[in-house]
Amino acid sequence: MDIYIFGQQLVNGLVLGSTYGLIAVGYTMVYGIIGMINFAHGEIYMISAYLTAIFLALLAGFGLHSVPVVLLLVLLCTLFLTALYGWSVERIAYRPLRHSNRLAPLISAIGISLILQNYIRISQGARNQGVPPVLEGVWRIPAQAVEQQFVQITYQQSLIVITALASMALLTWVIHHTALGRACRATQQDRVMANLLGVDTDRIISVVFVMGAAMAAVAGMLVTLNYGSFDFYIGFLMGIKAFTAAVLGGIGSLPGAMLGGVVLGLAESFFAGFVNSDYKDVFAFSLLILFLIFRPSGFLGVPEVEKV
Amino acid sequence: MQRTRYFLRLFAAGLLMCLAGEPLMAGEPIKIGMAGPFSGSDASFGEQLWRGAEQAAADLNAAGGVLGRPLQLVKADDACDPKQASAVASRLVDREKVVAVIGHFCSSSTIPASTIYADAGVLMMTPGSTNPVVTERKLPTIFRMCGRDDQQGVVGAEFVVQRLKAERIAVLHDKTTYGQGLADAMKARLHALGKKEVIYEGLTRGEKDFNALVTKLKSLQSDAVYFGGYHSEAGPLVRQMREQGMKAALISGDGIFSEVLVTSAGGPAYVEGVFMTFGADPRNLPAGRGLVEIFRKNGYEPEGYTLYSYATLQAIVAAMQATQSLDGEKLAQWLHENAVETVMGKKAWDGKGDLRVSDYVMYRWDDKGKYKELD
Repeated sequence: MDIYIFGQQLVNGLVLGSTYGLIAVGYTMVYGIIGMINFAHGEIYMISAYLTAIFLALLAGFGLHSVPVVLLLVLLCTLFLTALYGWSVERIAYRPLRHSNRLAPLISAIGISLILQNYIRISQGARNQGVPPVLEGVWRIPAQAVEQQFVQITYQQSLIVITALASMALLTWVIHHTALGRACRATQQDRVMANLLGVDTDRIISVVFVMGAAMAAVAGMLVTLNYGSFDFYIGFLMGIKAFTAAVLGGIGSLPGAMLGGVVLGLAESFFAGFVNSDYKDVFAFSLLILFLIFRPSGFLGVPEVEKV
Repeated sequence: MQRTRYFLRLFAAGLLMCLAGEPLMAGEPIKIGMAGPFSGSDASFGEQLWRGAEQAAADLNAAGGVLGRPLQLVKADDACDPKQASAVASRLVDREKVVAVIGHFCSSSTIPASTIYADAGVLMMTPGSTNPVVTERKLPTIFRMCGRDDQQGVVGAEFVVQRLKAERIAVLHDKTTYGQGLADAMKARLHALGKKEVIYEGLTRGEKDFNALVTKLKSLQSDAVYFGGYHSEAGPLVRQMREQGMKAALISGDGIFSEVLVTSAGGPAYVEGVFMTFGADPRNLPAGRGLVEIFRKNGYEPEGYTLYSYATLQAIVAAMQATQSLDGEKLAQWLHENAVETVMGKKAWDGKGDLRVSDYVMYRWDDKGKYKELD
């Protein structure tokens, strides 16, 4: 087998996997703290794609063209507004249902996801939208390649991989080494007891949703810039894949989300690249089912212990 | 205060409407269904259809309507979803009691919906569904205003072999009825020309990352890629081909015939050298010149299927006027036997409901994000 083709598929899988990982982190954080699957997460990601396009257009309108400044400003603005969406969703749709049965917030999450999807469809139109390329350039190994004999990664793709790793590391550190993280862990272990000991659990849960949405914003911006186009429907498929990645890695575990994403990305890439792209999803999801049969808690998940 | 003013305005509007509408045309409006994807990722095609039909209805009504009655379009959104298409078809037939239907657009929606219209004896003419199955079942009241994928695929295959002189041809599709049907038709012609494709595979609609597939195309050294599908996947596909340094041409069908392809690819630089088949551009035909001017004056470029949709309503109305009837079977009978002068020239149908003459030609996209007919 051609070593360059193999290397290129490895890069393809890694980039795709990092995309999944970035979004999966949001699922896994919310699940880790309140044990609920936030199905609206994919839509939050979709909204951040629209916000990215809007802010890019605004900045271009102001005549700003320095790439790092533009990227940073767009990131900050998108991050802020998307976080606001995450916070509002929790406040409106989940908090009032906190003490009802387990299914109520799940249905509410699906409802919110449909509301957001249709709201964007109606307000922004159903057409495909696009953003102009911002960060152009590519690394090739070897650099002076002839006749397609090279492995390449674009600047944009490497930014995705680096950001995914960095944000996962940052969040892990926050959870394990800060006062906020301690409060989060306390909330996760026993919400009533944490409350009695002076942790404002409602506030902590809000913060977790805001952090999850912020991760979706980072993903939304980077992925949109990478593929160049999006529509109101991208949140659905991406949400499902990212959720799968989170489960594969062990839901509740931050490094697990990243690992699960990369494994899923590589599996899809290699299968599509070397076997058959028709059956790519069949293969990826069969893998998931098989894996869950033999290791239900995922790669890095902790098996649930019955509390007595 | 606010409220009184609102009611006053409403009253005034009502008064005006009475003044304008009444003396010209009396009687119940004739309901015509306009079914297509007005939401979802193919909504830009739905907009083309609606613009055309809306303009046609307005023009025909201004000319006195049909059989002394005005035409009224009933919008039905199928989102290119086969299940929803059946549901809206039933609604048009049972609740709205339409006498004819313009639509649907995606072949996967048209095929299930057409059985419902045929059972109810309602005339249906699709401006854009090109899959052979639409008319191959010989349902008496089903027609189309466009060509067929087996004709379109032939043009595509011959272009790839004879004009591009490609040797290692990849054939991809999006696993939909339309996309795979088109790819199959192209592949069949390719075999007849004595060529064999290096790869024949499907990708998933709704995804954006085709990098793995592109790397595979690269490893197969394919020099031409034929894609049966729509612009929302063709855009990212061609972009990732260019990003990975592939220079092979991308050739597709009428599913990418929309300027939204440029947005889907993320810039005009990526669509340069993309080819597609479509009917000879109706905007250049003498019959439609005046109408194209009207559209442009209203700030809308009548691209793609806009004029097809306009012509579809013209054909339906021509049948109504000739037979002095609203009965679907009589209308169909007449259309099978007679030709109609439309904004796209003279059109006639064979016994199956296909156009007697199809006129597929090849278009090429340039680096400005515009397309032009190849000569």
